[in-house]
Formats: sequence, C-alpha cells, structure tokens
Amino acid sequence: MLKNNYDIIVVGGGPAGSMASREVAKKGVSVCMLEKDRDIGYPVRCGEAAGKSGLEKLVEIKDNWIAEEIDGAKLGAPSGILVDVDFSSETGFILNRRIFDYDLSREAANAGAEIYTKAYVKNILKVNNNVVGVIVDYLGEEHHVTAKIVIGADGLTSRIGRWAGIKTQVRMKDMESAVQYSVANIDVISNKMIMYVGNKIAPGGYLWVFPKGKNFANIGIGISGKYSKSKSAKEYLDEFMKAEYPDAAILTTMCGGVPCPKPMKNPISNGLMLVGDAAHQINPVTGGGITSGMRGGWIAGQVAADAIIKGKYLEKDLCEYPKIMWKTFGKKYDRLYKIKEAIGKLTDDDLNHIADKVLSIPNNKRTLNSVFKAAVFKKPSLVIDVMKAFTGI
Amino acid sequence: MIDIRENRCDYCGACITVCPVDCIEVREASINITHDTCIDCDLCVFICPIEVLNSNAEK
Repeated sequence: MLKNNYDIIVVGGGPAGSMASREVAKKGVSVCMLEKDRDIGYPVRCGEAAGKSGLEKLVEIKDNWIAEEIDGAKLGAPSGILVDVDFSSETGFILNRRIFDYDLSREAANAGAEIYTKAYVKNILKVNNNVVGVIVDYLGEEHHVTAKIVIGADGLTSRIGRWAGIKTQVRMKDMESAVQYSVANIDVISNKMIMYVGNKIAPGGYLWVFPKGKNFANIGIGISGKYSKSKSAKEYLDEFMKAEYPDAAILTTMCGGVPCPKPMKNPISNGLMLVGDAAHQINPVTGGGITSGMRGGWIAGQVAADAIIKGKYLEKDLCEYPKIMWKTFGKKYDRLYKIKEAIGKLTDDDLNHIADKVLSIPNNKRTLNSVFKAAVFKKPSLVIDVMKAFTGI
Repeated sequence: MIDIRENRCDYCGACITVCPVDCIEVREASINITHDTCIDCDLCVFICPIEVLNSNAEK
C-alpha cells in the first residue's frame, strides 16, 4: 500500500528511475518509485541502441534484453553512398526495452524499493524553498506523499524540475522531434546499424535503421525543432519508407522528443535531484541516453541515500551528485554539444566529401583508428570527433 | 487556440518540453491544454512529430 511518507520518492520508472531506486534501496533507505503508466517499460519510446561497455558497469547483462548485437555502422551520405565503419573493440546492442526496463525495475523492487504504476504525479509539495514531497493521483485518488528527497526521473517533460524552479524547458533548436516504426518483412543487414545524414533526409538529426532480429528493425528519424516547422518528422520518415521499404509492415508507431542541449550542470535544488532525460543526460550528437541516464540515476541514488543517512538534504548536501556526474560523462557531453553545433553547419556537399575521403581507405583497414589517421578533410578534427561521438568512444 | 487531434496522439510529451508556460498536461492516454494560460506561441505545433496539434489562432 502506498504510504504517506518515504525517505525518498522517485518519479518515473524508466532506466534512470529504476537505477536510482535500486541504489537507494540497497543502502537500506526507504524509497518509492511512481510510474504514471500502467506498465513499466511500455510504451517504448526509444531507438533502443546502447553500448555494452556503459551497460555492463551498472548491471549484469541478460541475454533476453538483447535483440541484436551490433559490431559496426554504415553511415549513409546524402549522395547515397554507404560508408562501413567497424566498431573494432566496442560492441553495441539493440535492446528489447520492454523486457529491459521491466527487469531493471525488478532489481529495484528486489533491493527493497516500493513501486506503484498508474501513479501520476501532478505537482510537488514545497515548504519555503524546499521540495518535501509530491501530490500523486494513484488509481483515481489524490494522495499527498512526503519525502526528504524527491528524485525526478520523469523523462523529457521534466515537469518536476520545472515546478521546483529549475530551468528545464528546451530550446527548439536543441529539441529533436522523433518518430519511429517497428518494421517487419524487410531485408536487414545483421549486426550493423545504418544512419543516414543530410539536410534533405533528416535536417539537424539523422535517420536510423537498427536491426532487431531477422527481417525486423526499428526505423526512425529525429530532426531538429529548428526545421520541424515546415515539415514534420513523420513526413520525412514516410518519404524514406516509401522509397526504401514500400512493402514493409509497420507493427508499431511511436514518437517522442529527444532533448539534446548541453547536460544540466546542476540538476539539483533543496530536496530535489533530476536524473536521466529530465536532466538532459543524453549524448547530444547521437541522442542516445540509456546508459548515461542510468549512470545519472546510479550516482544520484547513492548520493541521496548517503544524504538521508547523514540527515542533510539541502542543495549543498546533494552537490556530490552533479560533481561526480560531470566527471563521469557530463563534461564529455558538454564537449560533444560543440561538435553537434559544428556538424549542424555542414552542407550536404561537405558530408559527401567526408564520405568520399573515408571510402578511400580500404575496407579491411577501415577501423575507427584508421579513419582517424586518414582524416584529411578540411576539418580533420571534426571527422575524428564525429566518428568518436557516433560510436560512443 | 491550439486544436488537438487526440485520436492521433501518442502521448509522448515532446510538446510539454518546449512549452514556455507549462500549459500542457499529458497523462497515460490523455492530453490537455489549459487555454487560459496558453500564449499561442505554436512551439508545440512545430515540435509534434506526427501533427497532432494545429494552430487555429487568427494572426
């Protein structure tokens, strides 16, 4: 039964929320996780790509989470040329988020976290300038639940942070408008992710084909809000589908927004911490945020539990979280944001030129390292940074 | 005024993220705009990936 008071409330049951809840519960601190939907892990709103190295630091990876292992990428230039790049030592996964998210919440529950679904948080409780709980609509009844710390893992909307006075609104140019189809009855290239770039195909973003087993793939697109005014993401994707996969069966349509600004430097206030998408913990070049969001939740959960044990939970007592987060991935993403801005300035001709240069490296030698060494484009450092960003190295 | 084609909506919340006045509420399977608060900036219309929202403001 939902109680009136916990040490910590986590709002949102995605990977970041589950990791935070698990880490809090592991330290013996009382925690409840509130999910607005009836299910953890559903509906999925994600391309489902994640790197193995980031994941295995946080969880023991299970076979049934993995729909496809990825060992390389094909980058599609505006000219239509596909450039193969091997990942060499890095392995990627296309996950089954539905199973994955569910299992992460089970880990939190097994550690001692209480979890409630169909629990919609409609406001926070504040006393003076401190967050002291939430107002939640649970199964049609309003409850005031108090806590010493609220962790907002409420995804891209990030209303918890906004209500607490943190600037969570994202500028249009930093917001990706995204739509994805789960597609059956198509030929897919096993173990390779395909990413198409260019201003005609996906302005300010990219279009992806991520294989998920035989004849099945996630095909989606993200375009910058800067360009989505005149033509929607769905229109861009439908044009691509018509041209490339006219006979495909679309089994699911899902959409969403991907906030790709710089990560928040200080996603905390008195009695409040934000994690995951809510704190913009997303690689701004790729839009990938599964492992970084989990890492954010992991750090925040530990810092929050320690704060409870010490009995101090003002902003200054929680600042270990942003400090560690910045060192772990925040600083890197801050740098990647600058690269994103540089990529955004490339014309389709520039992109074709880069593709041609990379293609001049023999196929069997075209590992990431050789691509770096052979970067002879007018902005060689950019080529290196782009490749690094895409492969998560 | 923003019109909502609710049967088309996937309840993803992209509109909320760009809204400057926090006048949109999305639940598991419902979307609401508080028109008294809305300033007709149309950012939600522009960001929506599947054209759920339409502006019918006379400008």
